[in-house]
Amino acid sequence: METKRIVFVGVGGQGNLLASRLLGEACISAGIPAVVSEIHGMAQRGGIVESALIMGAKSPIVSKGEADILIGFEPSETLRALNKCNKDTVVITNIHPLPPFTVVIGQGVYPDIDKSLDIIRDNVSLLIAFDGDELAAKAGNPLSLNMVMLGALVGSRVIPLKEDILKETISKTTKQTFLESNLKAFDFGLAASRIG
Amino acid sequence: MHKLLIDSPDTEMLLLGNEAIARGAIEAGVGVASCYPGTPSSEIPDTFFAMFKEAGFYFEYSTNEKVALEVAAGAAISGVRSIVTMKHVGMNVASDSLMTMAYLGVNAGMVVINADDPFLFSSQNEQDNRYYARLSGLPMIEPTNAQEMKDMTVAAFDISEQLKLPVILRTTTRLNHLRGAVRFGSIKPIQSKGFFKKDPFHFVAIPAVSRNLHKILVEKYDQALELSEKSKYNQIIGSGKWGIVTNGVSMNYVQDAINDLGIGDKVTILRLGFSYPMPEKMIEKFLSNVEKVLVVEELEPVMENEIRSIAQSKGISMPIKGKGNNLFPRLYEYDPGLVRKTIASYFNVPDTSPAMVDVSALSELPGRPPNLCAGCPHRAMYYAIKKVYGPDAIYPSDIGCYTLGVLPPLSMADLVICMGGSIGSACGIEAATDQKVVSFIGDSTFFHAGIPALINAVHNNHNFTLVILDNGTTAMTGHQPHPGVDTTPMGVDTTQLSIESIVRGCGVEHVQVVNPLQVKKSIAAAQASKDFDGISVIISKEICPLYARAIQKAKKARPFYVNQDKCKQHLDCINHLACPAMYIADNKTMINESLCIGCAVCAQVCPENAILPLKKPA
Repeated sequence: METKRIVFVGVGGQGNLLASRLLGEACISAGIPAVVSEIHGMAQRGGIVESALIMGAKSPIVSKGEADILIGFEPSETLRALNKCNKDTVVITNIHPLPPFTVVIGQGVYPDIDKSLDIIRDNVSLLIAFDGDELAAKAGNPLSLNMVMLGALVGSRVIPLKEDILKETISKTTKQTFLESNLKAFDFGLAASRIG
Repeated sequence: MHKLLIDSPDTEMLLLGNEAIARGAIEAGVGVASCYPGTPSSEIPDTFFAMFKEAGFYFEYSTNEKVALEVAAGAAISGVRSIVTMKHVGMNVASDSLMTMAYLGVNAGMVVINADDPFLFSSQNEQDNRYYARLSGLPMIEPTNAQEMKDMTVAAFDISEQLKLPVILRTTTRLNHLRGAVRFGSIKPIQSKGFFKKDPFHFVAIPAVSRNLHKILVEKYDQALELSEKSKYNQIIGSGKWGIVTNGVSMNYVQDAINDLGIGDKVTILRLGFSYPMPEKMIEKFLSNVEKVLVVEELEPVMENEIRSIAQSKGISMPIKGKGNNLFPRLYEYDPGLVRKTIASYFNVPDTSPAMVDVSALSELPGRPPNLCAGCPHRAMYYAIKKVYGPDAIYPSDIGCYTLGVLPPLSMADLVICMGGSIGSACGIEAATDQKVVSFIGDSTFFHAGIPALINAVHNNHNFTLVILDNGTTAMTGHQPHPGVDTTPMGVDTTQLSIESIVRGCGVEHVQVVNPLQVKKSIAAAQASKDFDGISVIISKEICPLYARAIQKAKKARPFYVNQDKCKQHLDCINHLACPAMYIADNKTMINESLCIGCAVCAQVCPENAILPLKKPA
């Protein structure tokens, strides 16, 4: 099969590790060979969390310039991970900012989001951008951003996975109390990327 | 039933590499498992912890890696299969026992899981522990993917029993923390009880005994070599004239690169999974069929040097390269692009890597270093100590979440060496300077390696303050218990030890226990310590809020807000505490209600009393 290299970036607590893992589980169900990599440990405490899923190859990580798809859970982190992209990359990003503490204590300036999106748009094949936090809140669970992003990934039709398989995987692994809001969030993401 | 205990062979599951190792141990019928947690190995023992009662084997979080290795050794000598897990620097701690265990050998399979951390994702160094196989004489095996993490754990027990030696299974962070499909095998029944058969003239390592044991170990090298020559994890793949030697996670990068570059028919891969002893005959056969060789191995040129040496002894002459200019670095981990590029350049074929987006036009992004959590009690204690001792005191620190205190504006770590290093190094700094010294160590780290150093400090009349940051758990590695933890909420029955009693038992006379969230009392305790001549200890006792939440012991506290009418923008809260729940918007200091856990430390620090609890709990 064609190799697809997918990179997820976000901030500790946003749930991108769960997103990449669920995608991995869905690949297994669909009989697609996939390997997922995660970062655990010290880096997780409020820092940048990156994970990756590679379909159709053996290496568990994605080198600079080699992502087919970049999924950003936070806009400045999407921008930071732009070095994972090439001109053919599809970028899907949340536009809701989470400024790091360094900005608060004056050690850095948070980038202008609109300008950032323009830079990304000019350099890759497709940019899909929306307020994922708003969609998660609308779905009834602010912590369901990862489901929104997964929905957007499937909706973008850049991977050979159908929404049913993802929904089945979400249903199998989500606690009953969050299932409805998670599936709703997934659908909102799905719709957001189809319009985008 | 725990998902990893399913006894139906051919079940396929997406497993974390570390879960795959745990499943391997289950399939091998492990009877005793021990560990000291440490990234990237921690999920192996955490997986054992979640299932050991149900599965019926013995498991413990040991006090440190040396003890953990001895626990596994005692079991394996008694005829029970055992496994011990640790990170690479943990092997340094365990190495004293490991070296002599190679002499003593085992009666049942004993597997030492060693997790290296190239790129130092969560470690103080990136040492290459393949040298430990060479140093100890113990066999080493190296898996390349999730399936092999499971399969080779099972195989390691068999190798161990064939050689009657502990076997080291070496992983790297990328393998521990990848997820891949794993097909299960059948589960061997657990044998959790054995019998210690007395044989003092084999198992008591006195010089007269060990002289003979060393001879036996050297003889076992030849047996191990034979196993390595025949191992299915040592493979020659392909028949091209370009030779590539690789191991571990790099094997994946090599296979993908060859595929991407379309040079499969030109290449022969020698994959070394049973990597010590190196299979000399197989290497000779490989070398005799290729014209030049590239060695793809992360960190040190271990295989490269040994293959050159084998080539020399067999009278084979050809370019054998690995590390060097335009080749591979000795630093950090490799990635698919680096391996593809280097293979392309070494064998002179066009590189097919896509061009990276030009990011030179991007303005510099604000850093996002990891940070102590909102409401972390370490932050409060750092505040109190700094208030009393000032920025010029020297603050040796240790291994744990609190090491993050190194970052400004806290800037509360001046020296970090290794587990327990904060106390021993304080003795030296205090003896060699006239500067004030305050050391910080976590509760788990204190038990791990702090106690002998504290005894040293008292016995040799040193003069400094030790702060034990007791948050009731091993926080950084994922909230594992330690001897000071009440494990009842986790459903296990262990004996809880008092840090205060131990500190007093070490001979410390000036001991204070404070709740760091009480700022005035903490400052007073710091002052009392500063005024004392000799070793003083402050036990800063408050539960890790993340752990409290995990065990459902979190206190319900109202989050705080900043009363903008009262706030005069001193920014003491922002500048001295750096709590991630606080931020500035439109020149106003604000608190993120959803992050604030209501620890109230900032409210005590504010000179205007402008930080107040919200009326209703969020």
